[in-house]
Amino acid sequence: MKIRQLSVFVENKTGHLNQILAVLARNNINIIALTLADSIDFGLLRMLVSDAEKAAEALRTENFTVRIHEVLSLELEGVPGSLSRVLNHFSDNGIAIEYIYAFSFGSKSILVMRPDNTEKAIEIIQKYQLKPIYESDLKAQL
Amino acid sequence: MIWNEEIECMSSSEMRKLQSERLKELVNKVYQNVEFYRKKMDEKGVRPSDIRSIDDISKLPFTNKTDLRDNYPFGLFAAPMKEIVRIHASSGTTGKPTTVGYTKKDIENWQEVLARCLIMSGVTPEDIVQVSFGYGLFTGGLGIHYGAENVGCTVVPISAGNTRRQLQLMSDFGSTVLACTPSYALHLADAMSEFGYSLSDMKLKTGVFGAEPFSENMRLELEKKWGIKAFDIYGLSEIMGPGVANDCEFHDGLHIHEDHFFPEVVDPKTKEPLPDGQQGELVFTTLTKEGIPLLRYNTHDLTTLNRERCECGRTLVRMKKITGRSDDMLIIRGVNLFPSQIEQVLLEMRETSAHYMLYVDRENNLDILELKVELDETKMVDTIKDLMSLSRKIEHSLHSALGLSVKVTLVEPKSIPRSEGKAVRVIDNRKI
Repeated sequence: MKIRQLSVFVENKTGHLNQILAVLARNNINIIALTLADSIDFGLLRMLVSDAEKAAEALRTENFTVRIHEVLSLELEGVPGSLSRVLNHFSDNGIAIEYIYAFSFGSKSILVMRPDNTEKAIEIIQKYQLKPIYESDLKAQL
Repeated sequence: MIWNEEIECMSSSEMRKLQSERLKELVNKVYQNVEFYRKKMDEKGVRPSDIRSIDDISKLPFTNKTDLRDNYPFGLFAAPMKEIVRIHASSGTTGKPTTVGYTKKDIENWQEVLARCLIMSGVTPEDIVQVSFGYGLFTGGLGIHYGAENVGCTVVPISAGNTRRQLQLMSDFGSTVLACTPSYALHLADAMSEFGYSLSDMKLKTGVFGAEPFSENMRLELEKKWGIKAFDIYGLSEIMGPGVANDCEFHDGLHIHEDHFFPEVVDPKTKEPLPDGQQGELVFTTLTKEGIPLLRYNTHDLTTLNRERCECGRTLVRMKKITGRSDDMLIIRGVNLFPSQIEQVLLEMRETSAHYMLYVDRENNLDILELKVELDETKMVDTIKDLMSLSRKIEHSLHSALGLSVKVTLVEPKSIPRSEGKAVRVIDNRKI
């Protein structure tokens, strides 16, 4: 359920995001999911990629600020209300979500999130038998 | 009008006699009372008895801002603390401020030179003087305050900031003199319409502007915008504060109160005294100071001296308006700032790399600072919230260390150009 995510610092400059993507392309890294958070001063690019270590190293070599963080991932049922039901478990137990994003992978709906308390969140996932996603699940179809 | 005609119009031979007597007395005093000067003079092989007239001043050692820092806080004081009645401070080159102390006599002398400056600017006892320089450790507010009281003016000690209230009181009280930094005076002029005022609501006739360098063009612009006569008052806390020099109605250089502050101009490289008319670093010896007398203190302000008799009748030597400095000190809203102070804060915080670039700009006539600093990869986080709090944290530390607001922008590592040789740390886009 813990998967590795790249967080890349993106200055607010035209073409900057594209430079990051070009580095990944040159190194044959596949992007599985991507989300960009924007603020007045800068952006923050979060990505799940086919090879986190290799991608981080390639970006570092090109002077980008990148770090690998662990986030939690779950599979969702593809029906209305499924995300809300999952999040109820967390909020009922006092866990706040720092950020969240979702994507579909093959036929699966996948949720990625960063709770404020990862260990407690894992307990909830186990207690309510939520369906975890591992990095290997995201490689299967590549 | 001239406040002290005897001194301000003194013949040059009499002035040199007075300066010579005062210098001899000063050198004896610092040699006896200040270990720092005794050591420095001994090292140079100069005895107090070698100083027989003002012409011997070049035998004496120089003093620099770093000497004040090294002897922080009171090491250069020549009077016992029971005689010190006030402390002021300005920013030093790094963490520690530059402190100065005044005896009762020093405060009296300060009031005297300030009265001369104000009278030189056409101020009279009937005037209502709005002192919009900051009050506190900064010498601007309290310095002008006591000088204006000495003249007999009505003083409005409003201090700096709060533009709306500045304009309201200026209009309600009918202030006739405004004393503040030239950039703030421009800001106030431009803010009038925003707050529903016009020149017809104001009775201002004189501006006494200082604490930051400004060009003759800016002085003329201030005169036009306010419909006033504008004057440049010069000073620095190490020497006294505002009131070291001031320009008269002919605006052809600032008259230095040389009976108290003896000026020399030296070559920035060799530190050899330069003849009048040649540009170099301005150096002062405080002839009468008791609290913290300084021998040949290098201000690093660049100017030239002119001893020709002025049309106003004063014989006091004139210095050209300051146009630049020989070091990297910046003056931001009247506050001295050395790039090394910023570096110090960043190094102490250990939150970012120490690679930075400071951008100085002027928006609505107010100086603004933006610091671009390279993010340290080990501090890279995955939430916007944490990144924002990092920049806020740096902003907060800078504000408490410098007394200035700085907008901090995080940038990528190695995005700030590395220079070969002397690092360029500041880009100053202000037009002054």
